[in-house]
Amino acid sequence: MFEVILYILALTLLSYSFFRDRKKTKMALTKSWKAFINILPALAGVLALIGLMLAVLSPDLVTRVLGQNTGTWGMFLTSLFGAITLIPAFVAYPMAASLLDSGAGIMQIAVFVSTLTMVGTVTAPLEAKYFGWKETLLRNGFAYLFSFVAAIIIGVVLR
Amino acid sequence: MKLIKPYILLILVVIIDLGIILYNPDLGLKIFTNTRANILQMLAILPPIFLLIGLLDVWVPREQFMRFMGEKSGIVGISFSILLGAAAAGPLYAAFPLAAIMIQKGVKFSNVLIFLGAWSTMKIPMVLFEITALGSQFALTRWVISVVGIIVMALLISRIITKTEQSEIYARHSNL
Repeated sequence: MFEVILYILALTLLSYSFFRDRKKTKMALTKSWKAFINILPALAGVLALIGLMLAVLSPDLVTRVLGQNTGTWGMFLTSLFGAITLIPAFVAYPMAASLLDSGAGIMQIAVFVSTLTMVGTVTAPLEAKYFGWKETLLRNGFAYLFSFVAAIIIGVVLR
Repeated sequence: MKLIKPYILLILVVIIDLGIILYNPDLGLKIFTNTRANILQMLAILPPIFLLIGLLDVWVPREQFMRFMGEKSGIVGISFSILLGAAAAGPLYAAFPLAAIMIQKGVKFSNVLIFLGAWSTMKIPMVLFEITALGSQFALTRWVISVVGIIVMALLISRIITKTEQSEIYARHSNL
């Protein structure tokens, strides 16, 4: 749905650009292509890594392991799964909901959602290619710690 | 060696994949299916993003970016960065090239980090999903905490990464 909006936006702007100035539009397309080709090798590596990771740490396995481990240890384990795996939202949220049903605590789920979305271990090589390793380690490290803070606050608010 | 270096991660993963296929064909097939799905997802989401990058580069002058999100943009810059990130769709790796063009256009480093943070966990499509699956109280509480956390973390990180290091990152993107 949102992807469709993105396409409509990009294509509308592209046609507008084409009618305003063909030369500039050609420059823009060259730039788009260059930016894409530039990052393609690193991107391909990361996509392959995600494919491998998702097969080894499948959502089924994650649900089983996390459903059995609750409490502080469960929360820690959940945060590691969240940080390492990269599961698309439409799989992750139903999964989180079923984890809640199978006995996981609200803090455990909160730390899972936050680490899953904010911490990207498998995408780190790509992030480092753009912004360097220091930024990558700092952003992901802080996001990891923040996920616990957020989870504790959510645990208190939703109690 | 210089030719191989960009592909090092891809080569490593493919070698591991081949090993797995030899010992566990079922798991190997799963990896293949997953990787194909990932590539298809990438091909679906990236074309409009890279189109926008090219168009932004050519049509929106540096001054516009600096005015709304540059060094002196203050609270306006923070708000713009959150809005841009939250209005997005797609995985975090799609945000990196957009953040790179922001850097190239002179957007303040902390605002780039806020944009990345907002994209990672505050995207509106994702929040809607979260509300359906985990309830509005959970999703909205997490959203509010995330706004605060992302701003604080961005300001901290842009302090820890020195101005010299920041200008190295900016130089890297100056002639993309």
